[in-house]
Amino acid sequence: MHELGIVFYIIRDVKKAAQENAVEHVSGVVMNIGEVSTVVPEYLQDCWRWAADKEELLKGCELKCNRVPAVSFCEDCRSEFGTVAHGKTCPCCGGENTYLLRGNEVEIKEIEVPNY
Amino acid sequence: MLTAITTMDEVKVIEIKKSVFANNDKDAANLRRELKGKGVYLLNLMSSPGSGKTTTLIQTLNRIKDKLRVAVMEADIDSNVDAVKIKEATGVPSVQLHTGGMCHLDAEMTRQGLDNVPLEGLDLVILENVGNLVCPAEFDTGACRNAMILSVPEGHDKPLKYPLMFSVCDLVLVNKIDVLPYFDFDLEKCREYVRMRNPKAQVIPICAKTGEGTDAFAAWLLQEVSAWKKEE
Repeated sequence: MHELGIVFYIIRDVKKAAQENAVEHVSGVVMNIGEVSTVVPEYLQDCWRWAADKEELLKGCELKCNRVPAVSFCEDCRSEFGTVAHGKTCPCCGGENTYLLRGNEVEIKEIEVPNY
Repeated sequence: MLTAITTMDEVKVIEIKKSVFANNDKDAANLRRELKGKGVYLLNLMSSPGSGKTTTLIQTLNRIKDKLRVAVMEADIDSNVDAVKIKEATGVPSVQLHTGGMCHLDAEMTRQGLDNVPLEGLDLVILENVGNLVCPAEFDTGACRNAMILSVPEGHDKPLKYPLMFSVCDLVLVNKIDVLPYFDFDLEKCREYVRMRNPKAQVIPICAKTGEGTDAFAAWLLQEVSAWKKEE
């Protein structure tokens, strides 16, 4: 149900972009979804199909999700490491002063429109 | 927002590169600024369904209503049982919001809710968010602070399972401590896991049914509101 709310946001932003570009039909929306964004791409796509087909602009429009790997940074030893594998603890020095560099994106990368 | 248009064979690609949450973050920051101007502190209270948000509020409101001018906004998918309960048990004005199926409140919905609350002369509005540990953590409501309730039957490992919720909260109320003897809930482990997610978060054990510990929550609220009013 989390994903449905996000789909409504995406639809709003895509409609706005379509209007700004005088686009009448959108055939694809490409998303960047971070590995630790708490958004499940498969659920997002299910919700998308349900909601997008109710919009004239988005009938049959495909939602494509690029997965962005989560990477954290250690302030103690200044190394980068995979967040999913190691959590908040740096695998190089065992330090806890770490923060997420990327991987929580829920971002509309681009939209695709038929080129007549 | 629009950065480039590239032409390919069959489709034209319009680059957007925009976070889905960007608009909400902006709306939330605006709302926070407006509330500051009005001197109204907004607390966003979150938890799982059934953790005791409404009962905790009833106990706490009865302890602060003579010291602060307070109102409550109840957000649920449907029904007005919570708003009615609050009004009957405390006399504090309460407004029921329906999210229309949505699992959380965003800043715009919070603003629409606040439009139904006479803010003039209020010190504090408590927003009881939809019961859910996932989605409400993602959406900034425009509140000054976030607090959450974790109840004993849910288990002390919740901060590990729902990291974002615990990292955005400044206060964690551990509710239903009267049933601690019947559950494998380790309060010290819970404190440790909360600290892992947010070293600054405070943990207050309470029992909303008997009122135990809600004095401490009431004191936290009074202190928070007065400190926030003095902030530049």
